[in-house]
Amino acid sequence: MTEIPKEEMLLKCPSTCAGCGSLLALRYILKAAGKDTVLVIPACCNSVIQGVYPYMLHTVPVYNIAFAAAAACASGMSEALRAKGEKTNVIVYAGDGGTADIGIQALSGALERGEDFLYICYDNEAYGNTGMQRSGATPLGAITTTTPNGKTVNKKDLDRIVEAHNLPYQATACSSYPADIYNKVKKALSIPGPKFIHILAPCPPGWRIPSEKTVEIGKMAVKSGIWVLWEKEYDKFTVSAPSRAAMKRPVPVGEYLKAQGRFRKVDEKTAAVIQANVDKNLKKIALEAAQSEETE
Amino acid sequence: MSELIMSTGNKAVAAAVKMAKPLVVAAYPITPQTEIIESIADYVEAGDLKARYIPVESEHSAMTACIGASITGVRVFTATSSHGLLYMHEMLHWAAGARLPIVMGQVNRTLAPGWNIWAEHTDALSQRDTGWLQVYVSTVQEAYDATLMAFRIAEDNRVLLPVMINMDGFLLSHIMQPFEMTEPGDFIPPLDLPHKIDVNDPKGYGAMSPANVHYQFRFDMEKSMRASRTVINETEAEFAKRFGRSYAPVEEYFCDDADVIIVAMGTLGKEAEVAADLLRKEGIKAGVMRIRWLRPFPLDMNIKGKDLVVIDRDCSFGFGGVVAGEIQARYPDAKIASVIAGLGGQEVTYEDMAEFVRSRKMGTEFWFGIPQEEQ
Amino acid sequence: MYEIRIHSRGGQGGVTAARMMASAAVKDGKFATACPFYGAERRGAPIVSFVRIDDAPVRIYSQINKPEMIVILDPTVMDTVNVLDGLKEGGSIFINTHDDVDFPAGFKVYKADLTGIALREKLVVAGSPIVNTPVIGALAKLGLFTRESGVKAITETFADPRNTAAAKAAFEEVIV
Repeated sequence: MTEIPKEEMLLKCPSTCAGCGSLLALRYILKAAGKDTVLVIPACCNSVIQGVYPYMLHTVPVYNIAFAAAAACASGMSEALRAKGEKTNVIVYAGDGGTADIGIQALSGALERGEDFLYICYDNEAYGNTGMQRSGATPLGAITTTTPNGKTVNKKDLDRIVEAHNLPYQATACSSYPADIYNKVKKALSIPGPKFIHILAPCPPGWRIPSEKTVEIGKMAVKSGIWVLWEKEYDKFTVSAPSRAAMKRPVPVGEYLKAQGRFRKVDEKTAAVIQANVDKNLKKIALEAAQSEETE
Repeated sequence: MSELIMSTGNKAVAAAVKMAKPLVVAAYPITPQTEIIESIADYVEAGDLKARYIPVESEHSAMTACIGASITGVRVFTATSSHGLLYMHEMLHWAAGARLPIVMGQVNRTLAPGWNIWAEHTDALSQRDTGWLQVYVSTVQEAYDATLMAFRIAEDNRVLLPVMINMDGFLLSHIMQPFEMTEPGDFIPPLDLPHKIDVNDPKGYGAMSPANVHYQFRFDMEKSMRASRTVINETEAEFAKRFGRSYAPVEEYFCDDADVIIVAMGTLGKEAEVAADLLRKEGIKAGVMRIRWLRPFPLDMNIKGKDLVVIDRDCSFGFGGVVAGEIQARYPDAKIASVIAGLGGQEVTYEDMAEFVRSRKMGTEFWFGIPQEEQ
Repeated sequence: MYEIRIHSRGGQGGVTAARMMASAAVKDGKFATACPFYGAERRGAPIVSFVRIDDAPVRIYSQINKPEMIVILDPTVMDTVNVLDGLKEGGSIFINTHDDVDFPAGFKVYKADLTGIALREKLVVAGSPIVNTPVIGALAKLGLFTRESGVKAITETFADPRNTAAAKAAFEEVIV
């Protein structure tokens, strides 16, 4: 069992929606990172969640920056701190829009340059802060305020894009598995260079689920295989324990879709496409894990 | 006096940056600025400047990386031009609003379409509301000196606002002139950023700020901009005392007894002196005011009763020349003949400027090179 | 003020020649500026650069339209460019050639075979003879700046002694 510190790094004053997955994830991220950390936050839900001046939620410095700018800001910060001989963790905490869409150029640049920082994307699969518009990370079939009949194209495969930069450490996680998040952040911060963690963070108002179902829906995502937990340390690709178990006998993705109001317009045909996409992806991941094991 | 070195404006700015010893430089190439960052990259590579050079993927990221570095309390520098400056636009506000003393070399160049790499001031003038101090220089020596002074002015705790050093593309960025590479010694004190990030004293930066406090933040910026007038005067006086080269926010050339004054920025403002000499030989009492610091805007121009021929190497479409308009706004009694000239690198000689004075029609706007019937 | 226009081809070092000329004049205690005209900077395309030399700081940035002197580093540019454009009455022409060239009357014409000198001195880079350092020697002979300052301007730009040797040869070859 992972020993997670009891000390809370977030004060009890967040202005989140009830049941926010991104805040749950951040709680464990900061426990893993500790006090010698600076958070860089571009425009996203977490710009608002942190409170209104002069109050703040976090017990580490938080630097807010423009939507497209998180990875570049972290680059400058990390270079300056390292030039001064300081080891302070620089962690970006950005939403999916700020990562997969408007911020992807800066992210790609920072990853290519090999900046020493950890980029964490919490993915609630839409522009949550502006009221749930579709983003590149919105999944096929999901209703948003700009896809009122459901999104007609697939979710952008952000992880493959990031993977193309050959990072020393990359992982996926989900806010429903705090120990997994904690361990992955710990490991990431022990490795120099650019690190990336992509966390699925259910959003009760956006996904149209009851506030108390955040953890349950996240687990359903993993159990259905629509979200797979894995990590890649240099070339070593490993499927994480919860997904290893789930992949043996994935729950049909239809159950995950049915549990959320945002998928209510998904017809059988689209549901079949989504299931086929999941099956294809699971095969790909199983193959990659097997190949990685072989080369060990 | 130390030996004079032949240098371009770009290389002089880079040399001043080497002297100022920033710890981080983040930049992206663009003509005609590129020589600045290439020179800095060479300094870093050779170990002559102990800085981290971040070769970012865009100007937006260049300014952002400078912001991220600056808030840790280190000295930073970047350079850009034209479209690069505009691509930074959002982050210029972020830099000034965060009260970061970032210094930037800015080579003035036209904006497309069509593609054009020559001098024009529209790029920087379109950024005049971002909270950056703006100085326009006219010689290689001045480019060097202004860059040294920019660090000291920006980092003064009464200012804590970023400074942009503007230099005409090619006309100054690429001309070679002799200049003295003065060692600044302790002219630029060590940076002590009062609000730098400290993990032992965690603070939030740029969080949600409701109107009542946001309004206060903005007024604080305006107060610092006002205070920067004093800091600029002090810094330029100290520079003159130490190094023997004096500058003023508005450089005057034979203005005291002048009936007509050419007002211009950058290289046009320098060449205008030759026009004034020519006019004086003809019996026209002409002078020149070369505006150096456009932000903070000069409030003590001695223009009472004189005709001003204001040459704008820019245009605010649907309004007119920016500099002419700003002077009129701050000096309602000013008598101005506005000339729009030099856009896209249009050749404007001292002879042309003398003719602007001879044929001036006060209270009108004249586009140089456009036939009278189309004006 | 003395204004000079240099005609060369992209990659031939005309801009560097302008800088060394201005630098040499500054070493003599004069004021000088050098600037290229930026247009087509393609390798091989005809380009012009400008030098101004004066007893007071040079405050003019616009192009030189009425030069006192033109320097032609590559005579083949004359096929497409009117190199005499705006040259003042009684002005000087320096041309790199070993041939006799006919110019209209009213100008002082000087020449030296800089290309031949460069080849003799084995001053060849990437297959091209270097003419921008020998020209400094030729122009010193014409009195634009002193020989000593010319040599200094060359050596602070190029360490290779073949450059000063070529400049010396050009100095000797020009007939004033």
